[in-house]
Amino acid sequence: MRRIGIDVGGTNTDAVLLEDGRVIHAVKSPTTEDVTGGILAALDLLSHEPRVAQGRIDGVVIGTTHFINAVVQRRHLGKIAAVRIGMPASASLPPFCDWPKDLAALIAGEIFMLEGGHEYDGREFMPFDEAHMRAAARRIRELGITAVGVSSSFSPLDPSHEERAGEILAAECPGVRVTLSHRLGRIGLLERENAALLNAALGDLAKVTIDGFRAAIAASGIDAPLFITQNDGTVMAAETAMALPVMSFASGATNSMRGAAFLSGLKDAMVVDVGGTSADVGQLKSGFPRKANSVVEVGGVRTLFRMPDLYSIGLGGGSIVRQNPLRVGPDSVGYRLTREALLFGGATVTATDAAVKSGVAEIGDKSRLGDLPREVADGVIARAAEMLEDAIDRMKTEAGDVTLIAVGGGAFLVPNKLTGIGEVIRVPHGDCANAIGAAVAQVSGETDQIYRDMTRAEAIAAAEARAIERAKAAGADPPTIQTIEIEDMPLAYLPGNALRVRVRVAGEIAALTAP
Amino acid sequence: MTKPTELTLDDIECLAVGAWILGTGGGGSPYLGLLNMRRLYDEGHRVQLMSPLDLADDDWIAVVSNMGAPLVGQERLADSRNIARAVAMQQDHHGWKFRAVMSLEIGGNNAIQPLMVAAHLGLPVVDADTMGRAYPEAQMTSVAVGDLRPYPCALYDPRGIEAIVTSVPTWKWMERASRKICTEMGSIASTCKAPRTGAEVKEWGIHFTTTKAIGIGRRVREAQRRHEDPIEAVLDEAAGKLLFRGKVVDVARRTTEGFLRGTAMVEGLDDDRGARLELAFQNEWAVAWRDGSPIAMSPDLICVLDSVSGNAFGTETIRYGMRVSVIALPAPAVFLTEKGLEHVGPRAFGYDIDFRSVFA
Repeated sequence: MRRIGIDVGGTNTDAVLLEDGRVIHAVKSPTTEDVTGGILAALDLLSHEPRVAQGRIDGVVIGTTHFINAVVQRRHLGKIAAVRIGMPASASLPPFCDWPKDLAALIAGEIFMLEGGHEYDGREFMPFDEAHMRAAARRIRELGITAVGVSSSFSPLDPSHEERAGEILAAECPGVRVTLSHRLGRIGLLERENAALLNAALGDLAKVTIDGFRAAIAASGIDAPLFITQNDGTVMAAETAMALPVMSFASGATNSMRGAAFLSGLKDAMVVDVGGTSADVGQLKSGFPRKANSVVEVGGVRTLFRMPDLYSIGLGGGSIVRQNPLRVGPDSVGYRLTREALLFGGATVTATDAAVKSGVAEIGDKSRLGDLPREVADGVIARAAEMLEDAIDRMKTEAGDVTLIAVGGGAFLVPNKLTGIGEVIRVPHGDCANAIGAAVAQVSGETDQIYRDMTRAEAIAAAEARAIERAKAAGADPPTIQTIEIEDMPLAYLPGNALRVRVRVAGEIAALTAP
Repeated sequence: MTKPTELTLDDIECLAVGAWILGTGGGGSPYLGLLNMRRLYDEGHRVQLMSPLDLADDDWIAVVSNMGAPLVGQERLADSRNIARAVAMQQDHHGWKFRAVMSLEIGGNNAIQPLMVAAHLGLPVVDADTMGRAYPEAQMTSVAVGDLRPYPCALYDPRGIEAIVTSVPTWKWMERASRKICTEMGSIASTCKAPRTGAEVKEWGIHFTTTKAIGIGRRVREAQRRHEDPIEAVLDEAAGKLLFRGKVVDVARRTTEGFLRGTAMVEGLDDDRGARLELAFQNEWAVAWRDGSPIAMSPDLICVLDSVSGNAFGTETIRYGMRVSVIALPAPAVFLTEKGLEHVGPRAFGYDIDFRSVFA
């Protein structure tokens, strides 16, 4: 099994080739404005290695922060229509009601609220208002809006009203992209709806980006299926990602932590990933990132995504250094590091310049650092250490010293001695942990169905068995399959103790764990 | 006579955090009520908070709550006009002229309900409630312990379904009759309970609980801002005790007769490593067993908080993998009498255990 993993970060695009669980080659190339240029360049670099060129590639897995960055930076977002089914309930809290005003102004085209939806027990709340939906669809076509987010009360239990709305939209508005909220989440109308609206707004960007990924891969002469990594460390097919870009939101952080676990062989440790712009601190538990407890906000919008619990600070290799008083970051030269840093002939003092001057890193042309005083450089390294110590301390869940895996292109900013850390581990190819995490992303199996006349334990066991079968069919190695999520909802109104059970399992790709 | 104080939006933000903690897992997240209040304040509405001691004996006070399963409130979002309509129903059908409005329960979203009524109808909010927390049933209140009149109760559903339970012999019958209506409405209803006189609120109300909730919320928000331990802040502000720290490893829920019932299992971390805490709930956390022995039970408040942020977790939102701190807060005195325990002690929830307070 030969897989290419690619991580498209804000600063660098990394690419690695993994063959039967070993890193064959890893490269780094600056991310470009158009994203695909960086991927092309990275794949080109990778193909210079003879062991890469020989033999077929079984799959390309890309991890990208492109979609979450678009939301955070308010860029490339389309105008959408929101359709909420569930009137006359919830009327005073319409779609977008808890969004930051700037983001809502950018995205909210038209809002439609109509009768319909379901109750907790599966009954209809109100009959679906076909006529109103049809009128809304015509209005959407008139306005020239091409993306729609649809939500309906209790749609995770009964998606039929959302599906009907989708059919009407497809019939009345040819070419429209529709996101149905039940495909993205669970109980919690506002948060599920928010995810659907964000997803709809990313529709055009997702199409352009994933088409670009495919074009770059084809242009590199690789003929292999494309996968995109999801928040939980598993992959989805490119077509799915095009329809559901929000599922990739936190995959960058997940990939780097999974990559750190893979490279170090450790299952439980703290991980710090220092990139060009920011450093993320998280914790590995049984080889997976610990998940955040609370509702996750993306660009100020509440969602129900389960994200890795991370603490991020504005510290990276590209962090801009200011003097008198000394400040490091939070702003960064980002992907312009190789033009703007002193080391590369630029005029901006960055953390990387300081690291080279201090002797903790060897990059670029040291002779260009003449004007940078050694005390300032040492001060930057000391300040970076303080910032990291503080961030790590916040994320620790147990007293006493823990092991820290330092990865990412800016890992040289992590000193070998840190308060509260027993040992700092650095791993070969640690600067490409994200791409490696993408390459080793797991395959999952999911089932979501209603069971009757069974106890809860029996129903969950039946659902788990079915999900495991699906994961095996998708290529997961049976002994590595673990249950990631179990969610059960009683359907009291239906006869026979009906229980809706959703189970998601994931396992390593069989070829990667083969002896 | 003290002057009513105008609540700022910051007070209401703090109330939302504190009320969710006092909700002991139930009462529904105040977040949606808070969104309604942000909108109402944005439109220029303001809410006054008055002391219960300033009520005249013959004043009439509307007692409001949103009734039903918190889970349903996640999908049928609080609409400020619904609760105002329930109060108006009592005025329309019985000719009451209300002096003020107060919450049935300070725990959860119901802490915000009287504020929504106040904004729409221009009445002040009384700084008191009848539970000092959240409870699932109509007879689990201080006014029921006081054997005050249980009727009439108005229930409203925005589909235009309006019902009034005009007479019942006991609070338990009010629970049974109104629960049936609520269940048919989809296990959620905006309700205006039996109106109370100023004299009754002064004798049987649980006083200054709005202020208490605001205080708890303010401490948590301050701790979050200063990166201090928010759990410590709650324990200090409300004289509580830490029961357990751990990670949720299983949640079993069933929605029956308009309630969300079930259990959550927490596996110990830190000092509690190796131990397990089982929590039973009926909308709210009712009893906690450590390795099989009961260690906390109603009417003491059992609160399950996010170990990191200090925010409360509801029985409908708690999930596998969450790291929680389980704490106890002291029960209102009215529930610690023999009569009080009949209404809200462990046996009232079906557990054959003698009440033993965490604070005894």
